[in-house]
Amino acid sequence: MMGGIYGISKDRLEKLFSALAAERELYLPVMSGGKVNFSVWEEGEDVRLDVTKTAKSPKDAFFPQFETLYTCRTEEGKLKIDPEELCRREFVVFGMRACDAAGLRVLDRVFLSEPVDTFYAARRELGTIVSIACGEPEESCFCRAFGIDAASPDADVAAWFSGERLLLKPQTEKGTRLISSLSEYLTEADGAEAAIEEEQAKIRAITEKLPYSLLSLEGWGSGETKRKFDSPLWEKLYRPCLACGTCTFVCPTCQCYDIKDYKTKNGVQRYRCWDSCMYSDFTLMAGGNNRTTQLQRFRQRFMHKLVYFPENNEGTFSCVGCGRCVDSCPSSLNIVKVIKAFSKDGGDE
Amino acid sequence: MQELKKRLCELLSDGTVARVLGWRRGETSFDPEPAFFGSAEELSDFVYDGFCGANLSKMMIEAARLEGKTAVCLKPCDTYSYNQLIKEHRVDREKTYIIGVGCRGKLDIDKIRALGIKGILSISGTECDGDGDTLLIKTVYGDKSCKYADAMLSRCHVCRGKEHKIYDEIIGESRDTTDGDRFSEVEKLEAMAPRERFEFFRRELSRCIRCNACRNVCPACSCRKCVFDSNNFDSAQKANVDPFEEKMFHIIRAFHVAGRCTDCGECSRVCPENIPLHLFNRKFIKDINTFYGEYTAGEDAEAKCPLTDFDFGDAEPGDVTSGR
Repeated sequence: MMGGIYGISKDRLEKLFSALAAERELYLPVMSGGKVNFSVWEEGEDVRLDVTKTAKSPKDAFFPQFETLYTCRTEEGKLKIDPEELCRREFVVFGMRACDAAGLRVLDRVFLSEPVDTFYAARRELGTIVSIACGEPEESCFCRAFGIDAASPDADVAAWFSGERLLLKPQTEKGTRLISSLSEYLTEADGAEAAIEEEQAKIRAITEKLPYSLLSLEGWGSGETKRKFDSPLWEKLYRPCLACGTCTFVCPTCQCYDIKDYKTKNGVQRYRCWDSCMYSDFTLMAGGNNRTTQLQRFRQRFMHKLVYFPENNEGTFSCVGCGRCVDSCPSSLNIVKVIKAFSKDGGDE
Repeated sequence: MQELKKRLCELLSDGTVARVLGWRRGETSFDPEPAFFGSAEELSDFVYDGFCGANLSKMMIEAARLEGKTAVCLKPCDTYSYNQLIKEHRVDREKTYIIGVGCRGKLDIDKIRALGIKGILSISGTECDGDGDTLLIKTVYGDKSCKYADAMLSRCHVCRGKEHKIYDEIIGESRDTTDGDRFSEVEKLEAMAPRERFEFFRRELSRCIRCNACRNVCPACSCRKCVFDSNNFDSAQKANVDPFEEKMFHIIRAFHVAGRCTDCGECSRVCPENIPLHLFNRKFIKDINTFYGEYTAGEDAEAKCPLTDFDFGDAEPGDVTSGR
């Protein structure tokens, strides 16, 4: 079955979702309060597969913004520790994009290398990803600059809208299993290769025209620390930064987290939550904080994505060009502006 | 804009000010960023158009610590925030040269996107001194257009008026863009049953990602260290530990800025999840008006706020709960 292409008409998708959700948790991009975000689907929700970008990336499904690690409590004078169970339910994230899937590969490098993050690994194991090619990329998209092809998403199942149909192509064993379980709703779409290729050509042609697609990353990557770190440009670039965490929390690759305790009535709930390098207590230790100014914190975000991460990961950048930060920064600052500012004069005075 | 730019250049070159706080042209015609300009040469990147919605008054706290005077561009609604900051001793009036800039309503790129316009390459018709009522939008999917008013920030539909409350000089004309009632959304909430109202806020706040953008942009949130940034406080700065938490942050914030909030609308403008945060504040403003008489925070830099003042005619707590 692997390698084949299957089709479903758009108006039957709701039925497909019901079938998927009956067996497992199903995450879909859903509109609520004027914004589209991935959430666990329930019947009757306003599913928006046509919206290219969700406000927040889908990384929550694998690396939730908040999760309990264990709880301690005193019971009859004794201390009891209950470790949180690992994820045991299968789930599907339907409607990710090529950039989102590439973002997960970045998280994999962090959480699946030794020592493996068991919470993340369990979710990766049990989650199946269906990614849709971007029929209508947006102006803030620049995945192409990072070598990502919006027309052929990396996923367990890749999908393309073609006319009134959604075409699905399993690309992994997990994906094949998922498609097999849905045979009742799907029809084999023989000869759909041509339709997919046509859609791909259309997408690639649009991508070419996007303003940031040709962003050059020359001068970034491994070995650039010294030259970039002390550049006077940071002083100018960071100024309008509000020190909010928007860019880090909408980002599909930001992976920093904090571990904190929440006092319950007779114990402690130890949890981890996403952290943001924009925040004043980021990496605060008993001995103090090694970044005490907003300039340093601002610089950290871009240096991490464009220099330190590639240095430690065979040149892989930890930005996938999804452009969510471009869309949502309250001060209109973003990684594109940073990259361009440096390419203008190399960061030297 | 040319007149404004020319004047700013003069102020810099004749030494009246050491720097200018305005907006720098972005990568596109819809992403200018707040910026300080130290010389006439740097001002070549200066821009002032429909997308310059950011309220710069809070950045004047930082400017007060810099040497010399700063010229700041304030829109009529921003001047309320600046007055309030004077009242709270956060800014230095002596070190400020206020240019009251004209405003005909500011634009919201999200409003344009909500009209289904994607792949935006450039937008024209955004000039502050123009009177065209249409925006022409070039996109990768062809040319589009929309009405200027349909792309305005929500706050501009309940504009505070075209009068600058404090300034050294005014450049450009302002227009009152009001076409709705400022308290109608609050009245809708008041008409709800408590459970329904609670459900409304629960649903809206459930989207909160704790990015703190609303707090950080808020001119009334000028504490040097916020209680939510304290490590000794059980309620963390960056996580909603339980469903109550996400409400607590916003409710505490709304109480803290009550009587000081000028309804500048920055909180709702910056929220990446489109949460109508201004509704909390506007409810407080409406209540203060009801119980203490009409009061506008930031109208001037001297008047005492009813909540920090006392007189024997003040409402009693019982009057409030029974809705006198």
